[in-house]
Amino acid sequence: MKVLAAMSGGVDSAVAAARAVEAGHDVVGVHLALSRMPGTLRTGSRGCCTIEDSRDAWRACDILGIPYYVWDFSERFKEDVVDDFIAEYAAGRTPNPCMRCNERIKFAALLEKALALGFDAVCTGHYAKVIEDEHGNRELHRAADWAKDQSYVLGVLTHEQLKHSMFPLAETPSKAEVRAEAARRGLSVANKPDSHDICFISDGDTRGWLAEKIEMESGSIVDQDGQVVGEHEGANAFTVGQRRGLKLGRPAPDGKPRFVLEIRPKENKVVVGPEALLAVDQMRGIKVSWAGLPLPEVEAQTAFDCMVQVRAHGDPVAARAQSELDDDGRQQLVVTLIEPMRGVAPGQTMVLYQGTRVLGQATIDSARSLSWDPAKVS
Amino acid sequence: MYLDHAATTPILAQALAALTHELSRSGNPSSLHGSGRRARRVVEDARETIAAATGAHPSEVIFTSGGTEADNLAVKGLYWSRHDADPRRRRILCSPVEHHAVLDTVEWLEKHEGAEAVWLPVDSDGVVPVEAVQREIDADPAAVALITVMWANNEVGSVQPVAEIVAAAQAQGIPVHSDAVQAFGHLPVDFKASGLDTMAITGHKIGGPVGVGALLVRRDVKLTPVQHGGGQERDIRSGTLDTPAIAAFAAAAETVVGHLPDEARRLAGLREKLIAGVVRSVPEAVLRGTPDREQQGRRLPGNAHFTFPGCEGDSLLFLLDLAGVESSTGSACTAGVPRPSHVLLAMGLSEEEARGAQRFTLGHTTTDSDVDTLVAALPEAYARAKKAGMAGHVSSIQTAGTQAG
Repeated sequence: MKVLAAMSGGVDSAVAAARAVEAGHDVVGVHLALSRMPGTLRTGSRGCCTIEDSRDAWRACDILGIPYYVWDFSERFKEDVVDDFIAEYAAGRTPNPCMRCNERIKFAALLEKALALGFDAVCTGHYAKVIEDEHGNRELHRAADWAKDQSYVLGVLTHEQLKHSMFPLAETPSKAEVRAEAARRGLSVANKPDSHDICFISDGDTRGWLAEKIEMESGSIVDQDGQVVGEHEGANAFTVGQRRGLKLGRPAPDGKPRFVLEIRPKENKVVVGPEALLAVDQMRGIKVSWAGLPLPEVEAQTAFDCMVQVRAHGDPVAARAQSELDDDGRQQLVVTLIEPMRGVAPGQTMVLYQGTRVLGQATIDSARSLSWDPAKVS
Repeated sequence: MYLDHAATTPILAQALAALTHELSRSGNPSSLHGSGRRARRVVEDARETIAAATGAHPSEVIFTSGGTEADNLAVKGLYWSRHDADPRRRRILCSPVEHHAVLDTVEWLEKHEGAEAVWLPVDSDGVVPVEAVQREIDADPAAVALITVMWANNEVGSVQPVAEIVAAAQAQGIPVHSDAVQAFGHLPVDFKASGLDTMAITGHKIGGPVGVGALLVRRDVKLTPVQHGGGQERDIRSGTLDTPAIAAFAAAAETVVGHLPDEARRLAGLREKLIAGVVRSVPEAVLRGTPDREQQGRRLPGNAHFTFPGCEGDSLLFLLDLAGVESSTGSACTAGVPRPSHVLLAMGLSEEEARGAQRFTLGHTTTDSDVDTLVAALPEAYARAKKAGMAGHVSSIQTAGTQAG
């Protein structure tokens, strides 16, 4: 196969490319330029997007003896990932830009260009597994190493995208193994630190970065019954579940701490309440997609058992899910949790699993405790 | 198959022989003992050879580490010495299609040394109109520190009217520098006849080694040094002379200039064949730079540059590379990100047009069949590159977004 290895400059993508080469594929390394003005050297905890990372990727390709190119996706990245990230926050939601990048850039813009240029697949260093059944249908599964598993951020891939995806690290027992393999292969990135944080926010200060992009306006903080209990300097500066920094003058009647329950950008309101109300029993998802062929229950619009995960490194919890159609015929997903869960914010992605298999995903539109009616706040 | 001779060209046998011979010996040409004298002899022989090849006097040859250093020394050195002599001289008249070695030096002087960069216009072939230079001189002759216009452009191959520009400048006593890195060895270049004050040349574009070049500096021209030290080269340039590289550079210069008329004719013939073949196989291709069908030396003999509408030069380069043809988009990367060429933008192309650039440059190893191979590979590569499209178009792949409707 002709394989395009997406190379971030990190150890995972370098080892993934090495394995693709070893498997006998015809591999070309490509680094995605996601900014027109990349920083020269790595600073902080970012693991991509600097010139140094591009050079690391280049060096890895040299060692593997494969061609290397830098492709400029900075315009697409700005429109589809950065601007979307800002718009989502401005709308009071908490987006996941890495998923957006996988959905729109790595497995769309990059994949499309690769296919047009004659490649068969895009290979990345993600920890996830693609399985093909006897009919050639693809399924996405968790990686062997659950601690490193990244199937969550790939949950957004469609069947068509999975058909052209290759994840050579699927069966790797651990990250340490990948580093050891990199060292064995003479790849100089073997000891390069892991990246975390959002790649386009160089100092890791998401709040500060957003504050420069989103206009903040002061407004009121209300409790779960709609009573004004304080003032804020911009609703977008808050996250659901936040406790510190609310600066509420009056304590709650029961004397217990209060938490952010909801952000309402349209009314510029922040809703706070007791911890108990953070527990979510039910979530409604929009922008539904299926990683491979959907379950029969999806077509039938009947309920099915599954596990649901709402963040990259969160634990999956048991749930019952049912697909519905809204008035415009668009698919929605209603997910009822067996045990309530905390720390769910609109905009986050919920990924559904059965065993190791990723079923699909949806963007959380609303998440609520069944013991509280948000309509009480108006 | 190598069609990127403007980036660097394979070393000539004569240069390689001189290089290896001198590498096996030692001696610092500045030393006074026997080894030093021997090395000095080699350097001074080379200086005379370079002088003869460029129409300069040996004392006008200042060896440098290459074209970039020579350009820096000329532009900064001229600016500082002229400005020191008369503080009113702050303007640098500069073509907008210069190599970055000149362009970025001028911008640096503007940012840090109080210079005022005056970007001359170019026509759609990338050529500076002499009237524009005259106009800028006349605007305030006493304020012009220097003029810098390259001899021939490295991307699109257009030859500049250097002699006319020099004539206009000399009337006001303004010095002119020219970057002749691409021209020397490919076009007849005569430093004395040109009337230039300084001129940059380099070894590895003519079949010499990388890491050696020269700035030709007329004897009456004052340059303020850029790097300080032993003052080995006329007190203008410091640093121990690289005897083997200098010997090899001279061997290459002697060889190419010796073969120049015949080789230039041969390459220009191949170039015209290439241009005709490309336009025949991909009719959408647009030749950029001054056409030179009659082969009158208005374009570098080995340069063919095109824009291919609707595709990215990057994709084309990649596909041609896969087909075994090594070419270039012609422009440097900015911070690792491929950017549209400043030369093409100055010529009035849109960013989108400029993105489809591809440069094919011929040299001493190029044969007739190389041109045939390129012409045969191009149509499929272009069709595919066009399909891959320009970055920024909406994806046709089914994504979660399109699935959700």
